[in-house]
Amino acid sequence: MFSTDGLVDIDNGIVSRDIFVSPEVFQRELDTLFTRAWLFVGHESQVANPGDFFTSRMGEESVILCRDKAGAVHVFLNSCRHRGMKVCRYDEGSTTLFTCPYHNWAYGLDGRLMGVPQYKQLYEGVLDKADWPLVEVPKLARYKGTVWATWDPEAPDFETWLGDARQHLDEALDCRDGRPGGSEVIGVHKWIFPSNWKFAAENFLGDTYHNPSHRSVDLIGIGPSAAAGVKGRRDNEMAKATHVWISFPAGHGIHSAIAPLGDTYQESFKDNPEIEAYFRHCFEERQRRKGEDARLIPFVGTIFPNTSYHGRQPRGLCVWHPHGPTETEAWRFFLVDADAPAAVKDFLRRYYMRYSGPAGMTEQDDMENWNYATAASRGAIARRHPFNYQQSITAASLDPEVLGYRVPGLVSTQVTEHMSLGFYRRWADHLEERSWDVLLGLGDTRFGSAAAS
Amino acid sequence: MNLEDLLLKAEVEAFLHLEADLLDSRRFDEWLALLADDLVYFMPQRRNVRYGLHAEAENTRQGEGISWFDEDRWTLTKRVEQIQTGLHYAEEPLSRTTHMVSNIMVTGQPVAGEVAVSCRFLVHQNRVQYETYTFIGRRHDILRRAASSPAGWLLARREIILDQNVLLAKNLTTFF
Repeated sequence: MFSTDGLVDIDNGIVSRDIFVSPEVFQRELDTLFTRAWLFVGHESQVANPGDFFTSRMGEESVILCRDKAGAVHVFLNSCRHRGMKVCRYDEGSTTLFTCPYHNWAYGLDGRLMGVPQYKQLYEGVLDKADWPLVEVPKLARYKGTVWATWDPEAPDFETWLGDARQHLDEALDCRDGRPGGSEVIGVHKWIFPSNWKFAAENFLGDTYHNPSHRSVDLIGIGPSAAAGVKGRRDNEMAKATHVWISFPAGHGIHSAIAPLGDTYQESFKDNPEIEAYFRHCFEERQRRKGEDARLIPFVGTIFPNTSYHGRQPRGLCVWHPHGPTETEAWRFFLVDADAPAAVKDFLRRYYMRYSGPAGMTEQDDMENWNYATAASRGAIARRHPFNYQQSITAASLDPEVLGYRVPGLVSTQVTEHMSLGFYRRWADHLEERSWDVLLGLGDTRFGSAAAS
Repeated sequence: MNLEDLLLKAEVEAFLHLEADLLDSRRFDEWLALLADDLVYFMPQRRNVRYGLHAEAENTRQGEGISWFDEDRWTLTKRVEQIQTGLHYAEEPLSRTTHMVSNIMVTGQPVAGEVAVSCRFLVHQNRVQYETYTFIGRRHDILRRAASSPAGWLLARREIILDQNVLLAKNLTTFF
């Protein structure tokens, strides 16, 4: 029986460095966490037409996201049932069959085993092709254009898994003018960095405290109003808002903000009057459509365990794929409204590229930190000295009203590490193979009786 | 190849070697002075695609969607400013780099003072103590004759074709 005793001491805000470097912990994560949690796989815009596929990852393993001839979306393990060769080694495209290069077993877009060379002579009467389809995820969810999957047939529905984090994720996925959904992926960065995946996941749980590491971009100004002379790496759309840091029962954590009643448009995108006018229009439409809920301004969050989002500036989802105890393969999916004007999309993609990913002036400094934090946690002496997670951990309250707006979850209005501790509570439960009630945080006393409802 | 071609090739080579030397010497402002105001600086991502689809789909495209770089002189100037804050921790302390260019070919006749040049590059980066990255690929450049340039030429367009699919480096903090 695997125990996380000594690895995480949630009540006291202490976390062992071992969880960021240990091969045993990493293998346990692959075996018990990534095999059960809902994981982000891709976006429907990447498989818009029947026959389209996009090769993705779940945990360490390659999977195929595809749309069959009838229009149904599937996620399959990318491995032939005969000897395991990848049946698809293209990143994306369109096809009618996935044919294994090794012995040429061929599978349909619905996963069925269609072709086995010399079947009559070698297999007839023994091999029933119906029993050997591509391995398919037992549960798949399509949510506002995004596609998620889990390997656990007993997993709760995706929206149950999201819980109240849903409203915050929605703000990343909905149109800028408040219409539900409607995003498209305009590109995917994929890169490897020498760090444990949890450093990245934690960063987006709401670690706003790391702001000083981005001092260089804030000094020079790279935001959507930078050419107009505004410093910083984003427009300050939350200038008048109260920031909230929220932990949710299933382990998700987010940083959003609540605008004051009667909030007015905060000037932004000043580099280009056409873009500025567009976002001013979107702001007003969103106020009209969402009403009171338009007061929620998204910033960042991590949907447990490894899918993070940036809600507005820039906007996208990033999956931190475990690639080894001290290696992560990041896949950042960049989002725009599918029906945004071409000039808006062009402006945004340029901003996204200078901000995000391995060539992004902001994120480069994140990678540097995660790299060396991992490297300096390996030592025998270093591992005797756990990390401190005590920041503001007593400052949160349950389902409070913030500026008169009810905010579900365990909420702090000052920067805090309680989301990380909430994350590691559920992380420990997964590694100890707890029941789904526990994994959803239903018995978590932080949430009182609200979580049990 | 006539004498005129040889002279042109020698000029082009001298320019590319000067650029590499300025970058490796961290004389970033002097390098920026070699960039045209309307510079297009582009590094596509490379996709694994089915045989026959390479021309159409292998590389992301300049001017649309997401690439590693698809930017202009302003953005490159920002990147230099960022390094010069001394607070850009991904380049603080500075990496050691060596830029090598070879297989230099003038790929067309000069038109309106512009010449198309292709080459191979090898960029070696060593960072702090143990980090080492090697970036290898080809470049397609357009150089423009300009009396205003200290080198007699300005870089008007650079397309950097890196031989990697998943980027095998944590960052792209160096210039190509």
